[in-house]
This record gives sequence, C-alpha cells and structure tokens, in this order.
Amino acid sequence: MVMGTVRTALAFATGAMALPAGPALAAGLPQLDPSTYAPQVIWLAITFGVLYVLMARVALPRIGHVLEERRHKIDRNLKMAETLKVDAEDAAEAYEGAMADARARAGNVLGDVRERAAKETAERQAELGARLHADIQEAEAGIAEARDKAVAGIRDLAAEVAHSAAEKLAGETVDAGAVRSAVDAVLKERG
Amino acid sequence: MANPLAQFEITTLVPIQLGGVDASFTNSGLFMVVAVTAITLFLTLGMRAHRLVPGRWQSMAELSYEFIASMVRDNVGTEGRPYFPFIFSLFMFILFANLIGLVPYSFTFTSHIIVTFAMAITVFLGVTVIGIIRHGLRFFTLFLPSGVPMVMAPLLIPIEIVSYLSRPVSLSIRLFANMMAGHTMLKVFAGFVVPLGILGGWAPLAVDVALTGFEFLVAVLQAYVFTILTCLYLNDAINLH
Repeated sequence: MVMGTVRTALAFATGAMALPAGPALAAGLPQLDPSTYAPQVIWLAITFGVLYVLMARVALPRIGHVLEERRHKIDRNLKMAETLKVDAEDAAEAYEGAMADARARAGNVLGDVRERAAKETAERQAELGARLHADIQEAEAGIAEARDKAVAGIRDLAAEVAHSAAEKLAGETVDAGAVRSAVDAVLKERG
Repeated sequence: MANPLAQFEITTLVPIQLGGVDASFTNSGLFMVVAVTAITLFLTLGMRAHRLVPGRWQSMAELSYEFIASMVRDNVGTEGRPYFPFIFSLFMFILFANLIGLVPYSFTFTSHIIVTFAMAITVFLGVTVIGIIRHGLRFFTLFLPSGVPMVMAPLLIPIEIVSYLSRPVSLSIRLFANMMAGHTMLKVFAGFVVPLGILGGWAPLAVDVALTGFEFLVAVLQAYVFTILTCLYLNDAINLH
C-alpha cells in the first residue's frame, strides 16, 4: 500500500511536470472529466452484465462439471481399488489355507509311506535272518556229521594200524578189542 | 515529449445518445468488450475438449476456477457459494483489464476512477443489502464489535461507521491509483528513451523493461486484492463478526 501511495505521488508529480507541454492541460486528468463518466458506467454495466451471465450460465458450470466428474471418477476408482484389494486379500487367504491343507495331507501320505516301507523292510530282514540262520544250522550239522564220520574213520584206521604194528613188533597175536580200547583212550587223550 | 496522461483520454468511437444520456461507445467500452470476449474465449475454448486429464490451457482455466472457488470457500464459507459467479467475474474482469492494458497502444479501463468506483460501490451496496436481508437490524451490530465495553461505544461506533463507509473509496482508489501510476511511470520513462539518444536512451528503456515486469505483478496483485477484499466484505455481511 505504501508502495502504491509513493507511486501515485510520483506519478502525479511527473504528470504535473509534463502537463504544461501537453494539450490535456486545460482538461486536467482525463479521469476527472465528468462528461466521460456516463458512457463508461453504461458500458461497464453492459459488459460486466454480459460477462456475469456468460460465466454463471456457460463457463463456470462447464468447468465445475469437469472438476466434479474428475472427482467422482477418482473417488470411484479409489473405491474400486479398495474392493479389489479386499478381494485380493481374500484370495490370498484362501490360497494360504489351501496350501496349508495340501502340505498337511502330503505330510500324512509321506508318513504312511515311510511307515509301511519301514515295516516291510523289517519283515524282509527278519525273514532273511531266519533263512540264513536255518542255512547256518544246516551247514553246521553237515560239518559236525562229516567230522564225526572222519573221526570214526580215523579210529578204525588207527586201531588197524596199531593192531598190525603191535603184531609185527611183538610177534604175537594181540586182542583186537584191547587195541581198539587203547586207541580210543589215546584219541580221547589227544582230543 | 508526449503527455504521459494522454493514454488515459477517452475517445468516442461510436456516438450514442440514449434519452439525453451520453452512452457512446468509447475506447474504454471497446476494451471492456475485448476483455469480456477474451475471458469467455479463454474459458470456453480451454474447456472445449474437457478432458479428464487436462492439457495446459484447460489447466489454466481450471486453475482460475479453483483459485477463486477456494478464495470464496476460505473467506466466506459455504454460504458464499451463490456469489461465486459474481466474484469470479469480478476477478477475471479486473485481471484481464489490467493485463490487456499492458499491451502497448491499448487502453486500461481500470485506470479510470469512475470505473473502479462503480465496481466498488456495486460491491459495497450489494454486500450491505445482503447483510441487511440476512440479519435485519442485527446487521448493524457490525459497527459494535462484541466484547467491547459499553463506555467505548460512543467512540467506536463512529469509527466503525466511517471505516465501513470508506470501503468503496479505498477499494476503488487503490485499483485506479495503482493502474494509473504504473502506466504513467511507464509512459514517462518511455518518453525519455528517444530524446536521450542512442547512448543515453538505454537507461530509461531498461527501467521500462523492469517496470513492465513489475506492472504485470501489480496487474495480477490488484485484481487479487480487489477480489479478496470483496470476499472479506461479503464475509462480514454473511457471518457478521
């Protein structure tokens, strides 16, 4: 405001300085000539009235409509985004549930399979163990029999050899029963 | 040197007499018509495409709408809504008058006290009538701010009345004086450019360039000041205080 006042004063001063040279000196400031007031006010009323009607009836409703429409559209889209987000969250939740279910089911199936496999393995192992045991026993029996047979053979041979050796060495007939019992005793002694 | 006040002369273009009253179409009237046409074209052509995502021009039109709409909303409230078209028209009219007036060889009709006074008195009377219609006699409590001790009333009421009555005067003189002073200064400095010759003429020319920028600021600022004061006066009338 101070600026304006200073400027006004300056303008009046410069205006006054220039006035003596100008043709408008007699009339003074054109703004203070009352004969120009009527046409200015009349045309101000006409033009401003027209402007008001144009603004109020045409221009402003148009702009207001566009702004309103934009606001509605943004609101609508925001609302839609909101519902879509809720939907997406629901879907994500359902997916999580299904995943958890499937994982639990898969765990159960896996456990069953593992259990069955373990049982089968144990059964097969037991069966194999039993068969091997039987085989071993059979083989051991065979071995024992063979040894007994061999031992019996050795006794007969030893008795015969001892009998003939005693006859040759002593030159006399030795009782076969005595030889056999002597051999038996020796064999027993030797293990 | 040309008279710096010659630019404010009113020249009759089409002489019209209406029942003994001079209603001639003058250069002032011509630029009022130019301003109204420019405002209307600016707003309607800018909004012609009315796209959802505005272009540059549409943005400017929407910006001016939003600017005044928020000014009315902030200063008057929702009850100021019916007066929005008037205040918008007022702002655009003064703004375009000031800006078009900056075009060389054009005419600035807001540099005439009668024009600014006519606008100010219209605002003043309109606001007063609105206040009286809304509040009846209670409107006159405007002259006695609430909470003031009664002893002060004899002093305060005359002051408030004088300040109320001086509103149209200050409103009109502020705009008129700013416009006239600015344009006179431009003309004075412009008048020195040629007489000072090719060497010295640059100085006033540089001043004129700077002043022109300054005048653009003043043109917009004064339109804003006139409008916001109108809003404040309207707020007084609608909401008292």
